[in-house]
Amino acid sequence: MSYVLKERHPDLPPPRSEVGVIGWLHRNLFSTWYNTLFTLAALYLLYRAIPPFIDWAFIQAHFTGTGRASCQGGGACWVFISERLPQFFYGFYPDAEQWRVKLGFGIFALLLAYLHLPRVPAKLWVGALTLFVYPVFAFGLFSGGPLGLAHVPTTQWGGLMLTLILAFTGIVAALPLGVLLALGRRSKLPVLRSVCVVFIEVWRGVPLITVLFMSSVLLPLFMPAHVDIDKLLRALIAIALFQSAYIAEVVRGGLQAIPKGQFEAADALGLSYAKSMSLIILPQALKIVIPGIVVTFIELFKDTSLVVIIGLMDLLGITQAALNDPKWLGFAVEGYLFAGLVYWIFCFGLSRYGLFLERRFHTGHRR
Amino acid sequence: MSNHRVNDTPWWLNQRVRGLLAQLLVIAFVAGFFAYLAYNTHVNMQARGISNSLSFMGQEAGFDVIQSLIPYNSTSTYARVFLVGLLNTLFVAAIGIVFASILGLIVGIARLSSNWLLARLAGAFIETFRNIPLLLQIFFFYFAVMQALPTARQSLDIGGLFFLNNRGVYLPRPVPEPAFWAVLAAFVIAAGLTVWLRRWAHRRQDLTGRPFPMFWVGLGIVVGLPLIVFFAAGMPLGWSIPHLRGFNFQGGFAAIPEFTSLLLALTIYTAASIAEIVRSGILSVSHGQTEAARSLGLPNRRVLQLVVLPQALRVIIPPVTSQYLNLTKNSSLATAIGYPDLVSVFAGTALNQTGQAVVIIAITMGVYLAISLTISLLMNWYNHRVRLIER
Repeated sequence: MSYVLKERHPDLPPPRSEVGVIGWLHRNLFSTWYNTLFTLAALYLLYRAIPPFIDWAFIQAHFTGTGRASCQGGGACWVFISERLPQFFYGFYPDAEQWRVKLGFGIFALLLAYLHLPRVPAKLWVGALTLFVYPVFAFGLFSGGPLGLAHVPTTQWGGLMLTLILAFTGIVAALPLGVLLALGRRSKLPVLRSVCVVFIEVWRGVPLITVLFMSSVLLPLFMPAHVDIDKLLRALIAIALFQSAYIAEVVRGGLQAIPKGQFEAADALGLSYAKSMSLIILPQALKIVIPGIVVTFIELFKDTSLVVIIGLMDLLGITQAALNDPKWLGFAVEGYLFAGLVYWIFCFGLSRYGLFLERRFHTGHRR
Repeated sequence: MSNHRVNDTPWWLNQRVRGLLAQLLVIAFVAGFFAYLAYNTHVNMQARGISNSLSFMGQEAGFDVIQSLIPYNSTSTYARVFLVGLLNTLFVAAIGIVFASILGLIVGIARLSSNWLLARLAGAFIETFRNIPLLLQIFFFYFAVMQALPTARQSLDIGGLFFLNNRGVYLPRPVPEPAFWAVLAAFVIAAGLTVWLRRWAHRRQDLTGRPFPMFWVGLGIVVGLPLIVFFAAGMPLGWSIPHLRGFNFQGGFAAIPEFTSLLLALTIYTAASIAEIVRSGILSVSHGQTEAARSLGLPNRRVLQLVVLPQALRVIIPPVTSQYLNLTKNSSLATAIGYPDLVSVFAGTALNQTGQAVVIIAITMGVYLAISLTISLLMNWYNHRVRLIER
């Protein structure tokens, strides 16, 4: 007599609590008693927050209309935003001239897109054009004058346009300066090195506001009396100097990551300092630090909002001005939500772009 | 035939000579630049009839400050204004650092939770607040939240102890009586005792291998001893509860709206960054370490305490310190909503009144620089101490 099975027992289906929707729920939401507690608390929180917000922002909200009168009753008043949309984008730039801003940013977008195509001719030249020629051209286009266009003083520039100008000019000016500072900090010449260290540590040690104050209060004192520096230019100088110190530290990290053998190999080939840096070291170092530079750029993008404090009308400044309009008092939440969303889209997009670049430049062996 | 010897190279190709020349050029350039600035500044200041000196610090300031941790009134000097501003900066930064650390730690751990919903919520929190400028968040809390709160008479009342209205947040404030020093003394003694006990427990474990339940005993001593003294001394601690009198609240601790919104924004913004650092720090400890510790037979709590945390902290602490520094520097955004910090009252109001731009900006920058450098030095010392020593 034997109780041993003669053939293999057919496989049982997996327990219901481990597969399918129930299995997923069990594993991810209700695995332990405290996880169940957390899940229920989170669900309650979402229940209390999301439906009222949707109700306020969409269902009860007012989207169309012409004035304050069209925003009666509860709900968000998006009319406030749509009425002022041009201001949020262009500041007080004259309506008739706004095509110039669109054209300028359109050309910039095309240049950037071209630079992103893999293997296209004359990439280096287009890059140099974007970095050095385009800013001059854009300044001429936006402010007018030499090209026979109506003059628009920088005091009328504002909104998202100004935010983008501050951020892009800031990074374009700060990058080369930062690379030079990083090289200087690693130099064997003691005087050069200490000058760079002091420069970097001073800017990194103080808040941007004090630098902006300095540029708006002290810069006029530092210059001969007849030199009058534009307010926007003062802010740009402050931002570029401040940011170059941060870029320098990021680049220094990349330089430190290059194995000593690379420096020695460059020396062994008889390359001069300039050549060994520009052909061997910097291409490798900059490739490593691209994610770090993107992070710095995101910080710079957010920091441009500080120019409100010295009276420039960037996106946040325009929002503040709009909220203080006596005809439209009481829509602070809508205003800040809109400005916050615009900033968020740019910063979040940039951080995703940084991740993308990291993968694209990862030409070494993957682990 | 080329038959050059090394010292035949012309002097301008000699590396040492070139280095010296380059450095002389740098010195000349820097010195010339500063001399140019100094000369222009001198001329401009003379044209405005201002002379650079510190003598203004002794003059009467003549303006009021809405929050001061030390006695101050409008007849106080500019030196006093400086001190008030500095203390307010340090005050908001210190409290912000504590709150941001706690919130950041919680969110960072929640981000790694096996609970899908919790991890997603923490991720949404981080991505939202990290990608919106801090100044916008400060404005939001100040203009859209604090100013939308009800008036003092219709305050939001939480348990009769906490009150929220558009003039600020009111909290109960502990009022220690004279005998309270005994409790503090007991706490100090308990802490000392715990340190001694810990050393003893370590020594005994090294010698005999017998562990000692240090955590629970230590907790018992540090909490228990002061508690016993507290009750023995007849509970020498009163509470000042805020209460409505007329149009405003009296008693308790009042946090002005400027302080509250600045603190909220700084806390949330920095916590989002700290959460990311905590997450990457914990992830940086490879799973092999945990497995190795388990196979040595360590219980879960000891694995965390002896293997994972020390390695994670080495990754976490340096960037978190730089976040603390950022928070301190970012507290200068206070000037945008009128919280009387150093930049607001000293580099703002005092500068406008006296016109001493050069001196005041230099002092303000110097203060922040001193704070940054001190913390950097401490950080370097810590990094040196915990660095990975390989064979």
